[in-house]
Amino acid sequence: MAALTINGQEYALPDDPRTTLLDFLHQHVKLFGAKKGCDHGQCGACTVLVEGERMNACLLLAFQLEGKAITTIEGIATDDGLHPLQQAFVKCDAFQCGYCTSGQICSGVALMSELEQNTPSTVWFESDYSDNEDIKERMSGNLCRCGAYSNIIDAVNIARDNKGVS
Amino acid sequence: MPASKHQSVTKIGEAVDRIDGPLKVQGKATYAGEFEFDQPTLVGVYVGASRSGGTLTHVDTADAESQPGVKAVLTYHNAPDQRPFSEPGDEGRFGQSRAVLNDTTIRYAGFPVALVVAETLEQARYAASLITHDVATDGPDFLDDVKEAQTTPESLDGGFEPDVSCGDIDHALNSSMRLDMTYRTPSQISAAMEPHTTIAYYDGDILHVHTSVQILASAVTCLANTLNMPEEKIHVQSPFVGGGFGSKLGLHNDAILACLGAIHLQQPVKVALHRRQVFHSAPHRGFSIQKIALSADNSGHINGISHHSAMPMAQDYAFAEATGAVARITYKADAIESVHRVKVVDSPMIDSCRAPGDSIGSLAFESAIDELALASETDPVTFRLNNIAPAHPITGKPFSTHHLEACLKQGAEEFGWDKRSKSEDNNTVKKGYGVALAMRMNMIVPSEAKIVLENDGKITVFTDMTDIGTGTYTILSQIVSDFFDMPASNITINLGDSRSPASCGSGGSFGASSSATSVRNACEKLSAQLCQMMGLAQGTHTVALHDNQVIAGEGNTQQSRSLADLLKETEGQQLEAKGEVEPGESHDDYEQYSCGAHFAEVTVDTVTGEVRIKRQHGVFSAGQILNKKTATSQLQGGMVWGASYALFEDLQRDRRHGGFVNCDLAEYHFAVNRDIGDISVSFIEEPDYKACKLGSKGIGELGITGAGAAIANAVCDATGARVRDFPITPDKVIAALG
Ligand code: FES
Ligand code: FES
Repeated sequence: MAALTINGQEYALPDDPRTTLLDFLHQHVKLFGAKKGCDHGQCGACTVLVEGERMNACLLLAFQLEGKAITTIEGIATDDGLHPLQQAFVKCDAFQCGYCTSGQICSGVALMSELEQNTPSTVWFESDYSDNEDIKERMSGNLCRCGAYSNIIDAVNIARDNKGVS
Repeated sequence: MPASKHQSVTKIGEAVDRIDGPLKVQGKATYAGEFEFDQPTLVGVYVGASRSGGTLTHVDTADAESQPGVKAVLTYHNAPDQRPFSEPGDEGRFGQSRAVLNDTTIRYAGFPVALVVAETLEQARYAASLITHDVATDGPDFLDDVKEAQTTPESLDGGFEPDVSCGDIDHALNSSMRLDMTYRTPSQISAAMEPHTTIAYYDGDILHVHTSVQILASAVTCLANTLNMPEEKIHVQSPFVGGGFGSKLGLHNDAILACLGAIHLQQPVKVALHRRQVFHSAPHRGFSIQKIALSADNSGHINGISHHSAMPMAQDYAFAEATGAVARITYKADAIESVHRVKVVDSPMIDSCRAPGDSIGSLAFESAIDELALASETDPVTFRLNNIAPAHPITGKPFSTHHLEACLKQGAEEFGWDKRSKSEDNNTVKKGYGVALAMRMNMIVPSEAKIVLENDGKITVFTDMTDIGTGTYTILSQIVSDFFDMPASNITINLGDSRSPASCGSGGSFGASSSATSVRNACEKLSAQLCQMMGLAQGTHTVALHDNQVIAGEGNTQQSRSLADLLKETEGQQLEAKGEVEPGESHDDYEQYSCGAHFAEVTVDTVTGEVRIKRQHGVFSAGQILNKKTATSQLQGGMVWGASYALFEDLQRDRRHGGFVNCDLAEYHFAVNRDIGDISVSFIEEPDYKACKLGSKGIGELGITGAGAAIANAVCDATGARVRDFPITPDKVIAALG
């Protein structure tokens, strides 16, 4: 069976090759955590992790992902409770309507490992930049119309501290 | 329906975490498009008209109908009957018919001409792409020049008169130093992150509607009027709304189309606006041309304020906003004149977008005031302090409370206005600082709520109020917890259900004060009932609910009874109380405003024209703050909007077809995280009991009001470039630098 894995569970690929990963999640798996804000790769609301890397689920066709492991927002918390970034989002009030939040958190989780692995962002090519500038740059693919931006940065910083990441 | 995790009492004002937070951070809050009925949901995709204002002459659906999975294609030929658009005329605009596919009239570019309903989105989308149609039109009509706006609107949003004046304006303007300026503000779209979405299901008796809407009661009325159904047969739910900002005050095409599909097929049908469709199907803020004339004497006192606003009004949709409201209220002057004119044009719907009137007006007016301060060679903070109006400048009516001066002084102090440093001369990147004031009308709108006490000490609040990111769930829980001194974890807040008592809904910054007061009144009634049942005189005793005990009174007269015992005899072993609120006399006797002062620091690259925001600081006075955490977030969000409106957002008209050109989130740019600098907020907190019994006033629209002007003023401070045509994009900065 041609399948992909979502949050640890296997699902058969859809018959219709036009199905994006995002629409697959909504229509077939009934996971609605990843949101559709634009369907064009322009807002980040649909961000999920594909093999640990953040991607826009609206820009991926499900059939391209055979054998891949996908984590959606529903797979970020563990049995032990919320992920430190999820906790930090609540504490810092890093959302209002919450519609962009799944994408922000998936992006933030990936960002934390990008930093651990020294993956550069575009600001690394500037002569001087601050850590906050770097995080803002990395979070700029996730639009938030409620304007929770500064609280999102606070939340990412708190979660990084809690994980002992320098 | 979230219940708080807080095991303890949450006080009014406390910076409590959102009670719906855990759901939202796990992707578990159920937005409109995520509801599942027992039967599978069909998917509807509609085709929008290619051009504006005309008549549909042809629509061919044959190919679409023969596609696999397609269940129905609806056009005006076969869609269920509806009442004509905008009937009945005496109904408020959010309750009127919003008919679509009802006749051949094309109201605007993008107006639905056909709906395909299929088993999957992929099938519906493809089939829709096969539909062809033609529209006969004379070509769109636009507002280009201020002189074309000749119509006086019947009224302005917020109940303002279109024209007001006091004093001899010609004399006031001409007797001292006079500035004449023309400002332009762009069309703007709310662009809430959740596109408007509806799932509807008609079970043969009841029409069940899950939609994303700010006000439920008028949504029910709208559907009843559109579909010729009794209101009792319509059930609307909207427990979570992915942002509204005015664009979801009423229902839009997704809702009507989903209902038409559901009635036609007797199966659940979901219609989500595609992001591109949101730009045409949902309302936008119109652009404005503001002609402003100001004068000041040698000592820096304002003599004359003249504000003329010209805006488009959409065909068949009488919405006009009070662009001049800030010019009437903020500063005292010998003479003030404020005039609003519109031109009726072919346009997608123009309606409220966060802080209608004031966000547009403040952007231009507070920039113009800065020009006057500079021309008077007075520091912009001092100039404003010298001219603040202590009472309404035109009517003379007192303000209920007014802390504009305190906001300005405290803001200047916290921001470090007197310590601002300039860039070195040889640096091509220039620093600049700006200030602007904010005044936003405060309202109470009729609202009702019901609370139910169970015999285990749990309380549930029912009201059809919505939480669109505003924190309603949390605030209402605080009201109850504080009143009964009970743990928040025992309180459940049930919102967004049209079967609950009708609230004010979310909009116009009236939501929190109005709905919270209704809940507070319900608590008082419940408490009186409990006292009575305990044989105590009504209202003379405080009542607390500790676990399953009622504790009434204090000290040696304190009594305690078990709830199980007390409610033994009551129906269902529970007790219910209703609370309501209406605007009182103090709303007629006093001018009620929230106010604030904005400060901004920017850098401007004089080679590229790029403006970068370094920091924004806002100090606000909005009476008692109900939750410092959610209030701060909302104000910060408003400030982000203000910045974004001043620098980036510009919905561009398509001169060929009468729609818009830049209909996606790449071409319509609003601020992303890195566009925004450090943001901070502080409060001048003093309850205003003339506003409501909780002492709170509106904040949802206060943050945006004035925020953009502070940035525009900072750009001018940095470079001398005064851009009067918003947004301040690099090309305009370069042009202004000369
Ligand atoms: S929905 Fe995928 S990026 Fe917007
Ligand atoms: S929280 Fe509403 S869009 Fe980000």
